[in-house]
Amino acid sequence: MLSHLLTIAFEILLLILAPPLLPGIINRTKAWLAGRRGPPVLQTYYDLRRLWAKKPVISNTTTWLFVTAPWLTLGAIFLAGLLVPLGPGTAPIHFTGDLILFVYLLSLARFFTTLAALDTGSSFEGMGVAREIAFAVFSEPALFLVLLVLVKIAGSIATGAAPALSSPLAGLSLSILLFPAGHGLISARAMAAMVLCAMGLFVVLIAECGRIPVDDPNTHLELTMIHEVMILDNSGPLLAAQIYGSSLKMLILAALLVHILVPLDRGLNGEFTQLWVLMLIGLPITGVIVGIVESTMARLRMKSVPTLLAVASLLGAFGFLLLVG
Amino acid sequence: MLLIILLFSIVLIASSGLPAMAFRRRSNRGQILTTILLTAGCAIGMGTLAAYGLGERRVWHLVLPWSTPLGRPAFTLDALGALFLLPIFGISALGSAYGIGYWPQTRNPANGRKLGIFWGWMSAGMALVVLAGQVLVFLAGWEFMAISGYFLLTTEDSDSAARHAGWIYFIATHIATLALVAFFILLHLIHGSLVLWPVHLSGTPGSLAAAMFVLGLTGFGLKAGLVPLHVWLPGAHAVAPSHVSALFSGVMLTMGVYGLVRIAGLFAQPPLWWGITFMALGIISAFLGIVWAMAQQDFKKMMAFSSIENMGIVTVGLGLAEMGLTLHQPILVTLGLIGALLHMVNHSLFKPLLFMGAGSIIHATGQRTMDSLGGLAKPMPRTFVLMTLGVMAITGLPPLNGFVSEWIIYLGLLHTTVEKSSLSLIAVVAVMLAMTGALALAVFTTWISTCFTGKPRGAAPARAHDPSGFMLVPMAILGVLCLLIGIVPVLVTPALSSALAAWQPDLRLPAITAILPLRSFTLPILSLLLLCVAAWMVSTIWRRRTGNFTNRTGTWDCGYAMPNGRMAYSGASLLQIGARLFRGIILSRRQTPDIRGLFPAPARFDRATPDPLLNQLIEPAANRAGDFAVAARAIQGGKVHLYVLYIFLILLILLTCMVFAG
Repeated sequence: MLSHLLTIAFEILLLILAPPLLPGIINRTKAWLAGRRGPPVLQTYYDLRRLWAKKPVISNTTTWLFVTAPWLTLGAIFLAGLLVPLGPGTAPIHFTGDLILFVYLLSLARFFTTLAALDTGSSFEGMGVAREIAFAVFSEPALFLVLLVLVKIAGSIATGAAPALSSPLAGLSLSILLFPAGHGLISARAMAAMVLCAMGLFVVLIAECGRIPVDDPNTHLELTMIHEVMILDNSGPLLAAQIYGSSLKMLILAALLVHILVPLDRGLNGEFTQLWVLMLIGLPITGVIVGIVESTMARLRMKSVPTLLAVASLLGAFGFLLLVG
Repeated sequence: MLLIILLFSIVLIASSGLPAMAFRRRSNRGQILTTILLTAGCAIGMGTLAAYGLGERRVWHLVLPWSTPLGRPAFTLDALGALFLLPIFGISALGSAYGIGYWPQTRNPANGRKLGIFWGWMSAGMALVVLAGQVLVFLAGWEFMAISGYFLLTTEDSDSAARHAGWIYFIATHIATLALVAFFILLHLIHGSLVLWPVHLSGTPGSLAAAMFVLGLTGFGLKAGLVPLHVWLPGAHAVAPSHVSALFSGVMLTMGVYGLVRIAGLFAQPPLWWGITFMALGIISAFLGIVWAMAQQDFKKMMAFSSIENMGIVTVGLGLAEMGLTLHQPILVTLGLIGALLHMVNHSLFKPLLFMGAGSIIHATGQRTMDSLGGLAKPMPRTFVLMTLGVMAITGLPPLNGFVSEWIIYLGLLHTTVEKSSLSLIAVVAVMLAMTGALALAVFTTWISTCFTGKPRGAAPARAHDPSGFMLVPMAILGVLCLLIGIVPVLVTPALSSALAAWQPDLRLPAITAILPLRSFTLPILSLLLLCVAAWMVSTIWRRRTGNFTNRTGTWDCGYAMPNGRMAYSGASLLQIGARLFRGIILSRRQTPDIRGLFPAPARFDRATPDPLLNQLIEPAANRAGDFAVAARAIQGGKVHLYVLYIFLILLILLTCMVFAG
């Protein structure tokens, strides 16, 4: 009981403190690959502190929505994070069907960001929003397919030695999907499916967090960007909330990715330290991989982004077909 | 006894528009009296429903001692019917109150009283459909609803577009009636009785039942607006006054759903293809509905297409329940039907809210085109807040009611893919539903932001204002209900559970609260609210304390001075990427100007999005049939000796037949 509470406390702490580390690691990797020294790993923390102390500049065109939306976005993402188990055992909040809530909380965050962006009445923001909402039409099914594959795998494992679940649908929870009870071995097919859906999820992560090759986090040129242009008019604490929120989103999706990719997870049910070690190594490694991808690839043309996301959906779909056949 | 009170309330609702005839054409008093009578009728009806007890499993019957060729008129109320009566009474009363502000008699002397009369008739007709305990009563209520619906939507009968849409509606609704008459004849053949609900047929359904299913699906599907039977719907919703659109979309479409639910419950062991048909029709309607909504400039039409989408989602849930019956999966039955019914209830809350909001915009600006509006959040702050709630509800975002029902349906779909390996392709439905959700978010984000945020795009919004209390209070009630069901879904689960029990009384179905943590569901939602409020408060207080609150200036314009509202991204440009990706489905006709040279001549860009089915398939076919009919008129010469010749010819033919047959 005490260890359970400790886990949850540690998870929440990680969720609050760790996110800005990921952009730091990515930038450091990019700098290292480009032969530069680069900003310190903790740079995002410094940026957030600086922004928090700044006086925000707010457009006259905006309404109450513009000031509240960054906090609502952040709140929605944070709640989505509370549904994802970071360490061993369960997430701080878990219940039957929370995986759908997870997807929709990310949608909620998107809703507020886009609405606040359009609240400024600027065409630059409009461009970003147009892209964001169009690409979401493809990234959301991809994320859904990834979750479907997980549901299917967990279902196939649980049938071996059916544990006493409180209700027949209790398995439809992120906390249980990622640590399915029961001792069925993971078949080679399921392994392959997991690899496919991890690849799909990686594409979704890139798209959702606005990284190259979908979006460029460094430029402010309106023709080439999505997320950055939507928060163009945010400043001070509002911008801090947006930056922190998007890094939090990356942490959550990366944690999901680590859970899927480390098949040991499922054998280590309840082994406290090993899982924490895996997660604490896995998250920075994900950051490094994102950094390597950013350094080695050019940004795609906007027209090709739906194709990339469709590929992510297809990866998930193939994973699903592997489990069905 | 209580059923008699319910019938009395229906009579009161039906006659609510009549006293207004005695008042002057330009006086508001008659309209207010109409609303008071109607609201009283609805309140009595609601009170009776409360006395019925939505948690009860009783069935009330009342048979009138009148003799008709089709037996005695009978009325029935079971829990399923009671659930469908709720939106009829609720939306009818709220819409009528809204009408005092939106369609005042003083400004509409020509058609205000007509609207009042048919509003009452339509509400009464719909209540009669639900209360019908016998085929005759059902068809009478159905026709009452259909015909008064025609007069409601052609309220502005001087407008040729309204007459055209009304005509299409009229044809469609009578095709539906035709199909339903045939459906009831077949039902009579199978069942042996004209007494309705609950009708439970035993045995395995044969080919007669299959024909009955198809006919019922056509009749009720036409009313619910399922693709490809939706052609009447967008036009009708666009031309009707907004509160009439609210009544149509929120209540009349659910009459189609009511019929579909009744058909789905006829057999305890329906064939698998029934469920698959429901699910396929549902997901196709949901997906195509929202894709077509993307191409609409008229936002009332856009909302009408979104109604098609939502009816599709309801039908997906129904298909799930039907499959659960076939496959002996009680959990699926519960998830599917509760999800479908809850989504129906939700849609009858948030869609009227959105239509009333659309009406408020039209009332304030006189504009129905999204791209000529903008910046209404400042002159209409209350409407903006309510519409934000409505948009969040319809796009299924937590913590509003739309999320809860979509959540239940999603879980049903996921559960099927896990439990039944042979039905794994249901996963396609789940993924398409996710895509539909993302598209709905795109469409409605675009709508609300184009209308409300940014700067005005034209001159009209300058005199915009929040509507009066008559319009605002009904909207606020609907908005609060959406939020309430979203946060505390257990408020409605007793009513839904007893409707489920009334649907299949012989089955032991698990309770929805036993399957899903609806009770504890409030926790994360509430924590989200608390979290956001806390974060915002902390930041505000902290800012106040340090003294440097905010600087205000213009939106960043990249150094170009004075961009105006017309230069901002419009609704069409926001949805352009999506519309281009789905251009094979939307089939817009565009006229792109040919721009050449350094100093091109003035050019014009046009885009029209006709309904592919209506304008390219049905209307040409109907015109062809009309031409044929005109050509056939030649045999009706109008000369007596010609007709004598016809009679003689027919006699000759008959005689020849007799001779050869004998």
